[in-house]
Amino acid sequence: MNEMNITSAQYIEDEGTNVSIQATIDGITMSVPLDPANRHYAAIMHQVKAGTLVIQPADEPEQPVGE
Amino acid sequence: MSRARSFSKLINKDNYATYSGSDSVTDISAVSLPQGTLGFRNRIINGDMRIDQRNAGASVTGYVFYTLDRWIAIQAGTTNRFSVQQNAGAVTPPVGFTNYLGVVSLSAHSLVAGDYYQIKQSIEGFNVADFDWGTANARSITVSFWVRSSLTGNFGVVVSWGSSGSNQRTYPILYSITSANTWEYKTITIPGDTTMAAGGFETGNGGGVQLRFSLGGWATSAGTSGSWAAANFQTVIGDTSVVSTNGATFYITGVQLEEGTVPTPFEHRPYGTELALCQRYYYTCSRSGYMLGRGNGTTALTDLRIPTPVPMRTSPTITDNSGTWYVIDADSYTNGTGATFSIGNFSANHLIVQVGNLTGLTDNRVGMISLFSGYSLDAEL
Repeated sequence: MNEMNITSAQYIEDEGTNVSIQATIDGITMSVPLDPANRHYAAIMHQVKAGTLVIQPADEPEQPVGE
Repeated sequence: MSRARSFSKLINKDNYATYSGSDSVTDISAVSLPQGTLGFRNRIINGDMRIDQRNAGASVTGYVFYTLDRWIAIQAGTTNRFSVQQNAGAVTPPVGFTNYLGVVSLSAHSLVAGDYYQIKQSIEGFNVADFDWGTANARSITVSFWVRSSLTGNFGVVVSWGSSGSNQRTYPILYSITSANTWEYKTITIPGDTTMAAGGFETGNGGGVQLRFSLGGWATSAGTSGSWAAANFQTVIGDTSVVSTNGATFYITGVQLEEGTVPTPFEHRPYGTELALCQRYYYTCSRSGYMLGRGNGTTALTDLRIPTPVPMRTSPTITDNSGTWYVIDADSYTNGTGATFSIGNFSANHLIVQVGNLTGLTDNRVGMISLFSGYSLDAEL
């Protein structure tokens, strides 16, 4: 697999479940689906497995107003 | 002998008509033409280099990056050794073509271990499954193309396959460019590989077969010309290193990869058809207009529908082209940057998406978002 230049990766969650990864790849911010057939996701997981990238956990969810 | 029977005898073993007589055939309704002889012979998409959605004719360089649609540049080793541009140098393309992919070497690079430089197209497994590679019925293929370089000598092509885009079986082969700065037509026939790759033959939506045009590589990534090998070869022993000559050019167009042993004329497909074939892998929209959704809390818009012009290969990566968004709901108008996208549903003609990192929304109330410079969807191999 040809390496991509991935400088950041963070999970995006919805209602407590990770639903995508916000990543900066070759200097471009993009939203990557959690799909092994997606080349960006495959590259992220390849680098995670190699120990060269850590996916940051999602930010704390917003508390709905008035609840 | 019936007319149908006599016509069928004119089809040779490679499935091409060979008859050159003067009789006209007026009724071919009873003739069953063999598979693979008519339209869509060419398994390469954008082989005539017409489509350039990402860069619109601009020169690009980098590390591993898509250039003209479906063509990826790989600079494994040192980045920025060459640039790629549609119609670089503005030379006259070969007769019948209006575009070419132009590579320009940006330095006199000395190759080191681990280096390889190439232009590659990965063909989806669905589109090469009939090659039957890895079986006794493996079909031969023929690669043809027009090439022009400021350099002369032997150059390398590598065909590879394996499980989903891997490079487990490779066929490196040399071809010769004899005249500098002159378009030359090349044809290469490669026998079907009857040995199964360790991971099998990808016949689904992963990478089935890869076609690589070498621009130079270190010896350990090079294979012997003219035979299949169970190895991860990226280039060919004895090929010319384009990246080792500052300012060297390598232009290519009319790339065709077809089943059989006979090179047929380049298959010129309608522009709309070729664009749609490209959009299965990449689609960009220059302005989104307002898209409707439902507030999910105050910072996310959910169940928003993004149309896709054709069924994409797989769930795409989404990029906001400018990063700037505008949100409207009944009470507010806000804007900002850095929206996030999560695909909730992926189907043949749309994505259902939740957009996050916004402001100014109301939970469970209708809201709209506009991505000022549109978005890009990437489902490339």
